Amino acid sequence: MFELPSGAEIQGIIASIQGSVGFFIPEIYLSALFMLLIIVDLVAKGRKNNLLAITTLLGLAGSTIFIYQQHALPAGEFFFGMYVLDEFALFFKYFFVLSAIVAVVVTMADEQFDREVKSMGEYYALIVAMVIGMIMMASSADLLMIFLSMELVSFTGYILAGYFKRNPRSSEAALKYLVYGAVSSGLMVYGFSLIYGITAQTNIIKIGLELAAHGSDSLVMILATLLVLAGFGYKIGAVPFHFWSPDVYEGSPTPITAYLSVASKAAGFALLMRFFYVSIPHGGLPPEDKLGMDWLSLLMILSVASMIYGNVVALWQKNVKRLLAYSSIAHAGYLLLGILVMDQFGTQATLFYLLSYFLMNFGAFYVVILISNKTGSENLDDYRGLGKKMPLAGAALTVFLISLVGLPPTVGFIGKLMIFSALLTKGSLYIWIALVGIMTSVISLYYYMLIPLNMYLRESKQSDEQSMNLGMAPQIILAVLMILTLYFGLFFTPLSDFAKYSSAIFGITLQ
Amino acid sequence: MLSLIVFLPIIAGLVILAVPSSQKQIIRIVSLLAALAQGVLAVLIWRGYDPALPGITAGPGGSPLGSFQFVEKVPWISLNLGGFGSLNIEYFLGVDGISVTMVILTALVSAIGVLSSWTIQKQVKGYFILYNLLASAMMGCFVALDFFLFYVFWEIMLLPMYFLIGIWGGPNREYAAIKFFLYTLFGSVFMLLVMIGLYFSVTDPATGLHTFSLVAMATQTNFNIPGAIFAPENHLWRQIAFIVLFVGFAIKVPMFPFHTWLPDAHVEAPTPISVILAGVLLKLGTYGMIRINFPLFPEVFQASMFVIGIFGAINIIYGAFCALAQKDLKKMVAYSSISHMGYVLLGLSAGNSEGMVGALYQMFNHGTITAMLFLLVGVIYDRAHTRQIDKFGGLASYMPVYAAVVTVAWFASLGLPGLSGFISEALVFVGAFSSEITRPIAMVSVLGIVFGAAYLLWSLQRMFLGKRKDDAAYDLVVGKDGHEHIHFHDWNGKLDLDGRELAMLVPLVVITIFLGIYPMPVLGMLTSSINKLVQVLALPL
Repeated sequence: MFELPSGAEIQGIIASIQGSVGFFIPEIYLSALFMLLIIVDLVAKGRKNNLLAITTLLGLAGSTIFIYQQHALPAGEFFFGMYVLDEFALFFKYFFVLSAIVAVVVTMADEQFDREVKSMGEYYALIVAMVIGMIMMASSADLLMIFLSMELVSFTGYILAGYFKRNPRSSEAALKYLVYGAVSSGLMVYGFSLIYGITAQTNIIKIGLELAAHGSDSLVMILATLLVLAGFGYKIGAVPFHFWSPDVYEGSPTPITAYLSVASKAAGFALLMRFFYVSIPHGGLPPEDKLGMDWLSLLMILSVASMIYGNVVALWQKNVKRLLAYSSIAHAGYLLLGILVMDQFGTQATLFYLLSYFLMNFGAFYVVILISNKTGSENLDDYRGLGKKMPLAGAALTVFLISLVGLPPTVGFIGKLMIFSALLTKGSLYIWIALVGIMTSVISLYYYMLIPLNMYLRESKQSDEQSMNLGMAPQIILAVLMILTLYFGLFFTPLSDFAKYSSAIFGITLQ
Repeated sequence: MLSLIVFLPIIAGLVILAVPSSQKQIIRIVSLLAALAQGVLAVLIWRGYDPALPGITAGPGGSPLGSFQFVEKVPWISLNLGGFGSLNIEYFLGVDGISVTMVILTALVSAIGVLSSWTIQKQVKGYFILYNLLASAMMGCFVALDFFLFYVFWEIMLLPMYFLIGIWGGPNREYAAIKFFLYTLFGSVFMLLVMIGLYFSVTDPATGLHTFSLVAMATQTNFNIPGAIFAPENHLWRQIAFIVLFVGFAIKVPMFPFHTWLPDAHVEAPTPISVILAGVLLKLGTYGMIRINFPLFPEVFQASMFVIGIFGAINIIYGAFCALAQKDLKKMVAYSSISHMGYVLLGLSAGNSEGMVGALYQMFNHGTITAMLFLLVGVIYDRAHTRQIDKFGGLASYMPVYAAVVTVAWFASLGLPGLSGFISEALVFVGAFSSEITRPIAMVSVLGIVFGAAYLLWSLQRMFLGKRKDDAAYDLVVGKDGHEHIHFHDWNGKLDLDGRELAMLVPLVVITIFLGIYPMPVLGMLTSSINKLVQVLALPL
């Protein structure tokens, strides 16, 4: 039966926890920021200013210092193998903090919040909470921890998606998000339980060792992988776990849409890569496997389906947010291509693609918000003639969309180049999947270009020709994002080197 | 020097960005100055070019120097890739015989395009920024010797072209613009995969590293990675790569059956963009074949000469038939472009020096002659606001200068001896007849000349000879002097060619006549490169 630990054991546990806390400082700092924001909200209640947003920005910016300090720490497990720190996790820590910063900046620009909600207090606190959850997702090394961190991200996401509570579309988005999230989490936990049943371990490194040593029944294993993929696939928005995303992306406040489509997706990828690379690194199954299926084949199917479905269905969209939702499904497919390669180059390519996706997707959503501020609409038809009225926003959006298609000289092109290079270094094996990627990106050109088509090629229905002034700060931010998209498309060495440095995952050595 | 000639228009574009959009004249003049400066540089390059150096492959010691000229080579991007060493991309420019002629053509046509753009009134600032971006990218394609750099320039061309057709085009411009974009992107994305595959299959002998350098790729012994996707023993993949690249370039040419975007794009595009499109952009397709497609996979080229020749012949005859059926003058000229690019394909398929020299000379001449044809179509369209051939008649007596220039251009296009088109077409046929493989194709293709003469002469007759038709696009008025004049409804300018139009057309007329009598300035630059190319292509494997 259950035995009480002896005094010495308790001492050991406490010492271990104390030792681990040193590896946990950014998370602790962010938790403190979370509480601070609630207090600031209480104190500053009723005042109409940007105090909260600025506190959040400064607080998030401050956290990068603590993350930076972690570079000095050795990679390793702590908290009894619950949690890891490695270059891979650090990459995502920066990624999430930066995307939260951009999300806050984007929120400040969005005038819809002024109309829809009275208080922004919980909003910023929840964004910070989501950052903590996502950081933990990227650093979890234990099935329990994976589940907990994913739920933290999901719950904050549900609330944020429904933040415009008097807006039925926003509430609908939150509810849909919740229902799909609950189902897929349930499936994932079932998958975890199967894996635990096979290996009697919850730590993913130990699971990997156990599976390598003893093998497993292929039918159970493929079932477990499929169930786990349901959970991860929901987070990354890949077909066939994508059904929530168009409605949620359309209904949520636009900054949250951007945030979910970039950060939450990246968190899903971080988890997916770490879990599969570490726990099932050998592709999953012994060669005598009767089904002939492993998680790589499953991911391959997911990837191809996402690229085709996302890009084809986007062709008929009339709402820009919905169009970008389908495009984000397609991009999940491209990102999965890099994971399929299962080597260091592939990981590097995936991380690079995430960085490029960060720039171009946030940029695109930012312009959508600015336009919606002025026109009150996200419909493609209402974009007519906007290119003349807001030249910078039009040019910037065109650059972001070209980057999403993957044309030079933008960072999106380099992302695709690296993914396809990684595929082709595997020889002719993966060339057919690369072909699907190439073909679908041609299709994507058509619907992405619908936006510039409306902005530049068509005249607006109203004949008013006055230009719309976006204000100084948004223009500067837009210009910076646009220049970065172009600059990293021509001189991408720093990004790529960072991605390479970050491709080191604790517990395995990729070739 | 080459960097300057490539980036001058972009610099002009940045200057224009700072000019307020109401200052239309300043914007135009900045563009014109950039184009003229480009022209001066092109002349300097032409004068400084040593025709003895062959180009195509590396010179002695594996260095591009001593083979290519005006070489600029600096490391651009060096990426550390896990397990695969590093990705090295170079900013590598240089010219040889086949590119130097295209550089001169591009500078010439770009400058004429700027002059022709003077009549653009809508969103002048945006127009010239995009125009300059396009001009830079075109020039960049012709001088890039690194495949990656070439690809970047190649793709940068698409977006300005899309907007230039889409915003400043005719009534059906949306369809034409996206069709152009999708077709060309479809061709080029596959090129991307081939490019990556080539990178992993080729090493630069000078450094021993993988390279994107087209110069290194043009030497078959550099395909020395065993088991790489395009290694010499990997016949199937090499054939696939050849076909993929060929289709990518053929879409640009445009070769039957990938030609359908061209008539749409031409009909909708404004005159200067048609000039650029026909004068330069189409040449990029055949240039890509000569620079990349053929020398990188010579054994596949040897095996497919007959097929390429067949496609060339189809282009020639099919294009001519289509042109014969057109009622719209611009569409007729567009199809005549398809027909004339067929001669280039036919010349290339011959695989011997005569055919290849003829093909390249035809590229140059087609650039100048079609530029002229589209300008002339633009002249009449500006006045009459219609291009229907049967809305005109008897123009020769009312617009004598225009009629004279049209006659020169039309005859140059149909290959009248004494004009430049004749020499290039003759060389193409000499080449095609002297090759065993293409001889039967050449026999059939000669018919194309007859049909070409038919549609050109017929249109000339309907528009310029005879009398004014009852439903013509202009009225007859009797002037004070008692002579009959014609009057276009909304046209207040000079009836016959005005100064700006003459400034565009006269240089082209002079070049056409001069190169028809004395072709050596262009042929002299071509021959040593072409001889080298033929040698590379004939390499026994």
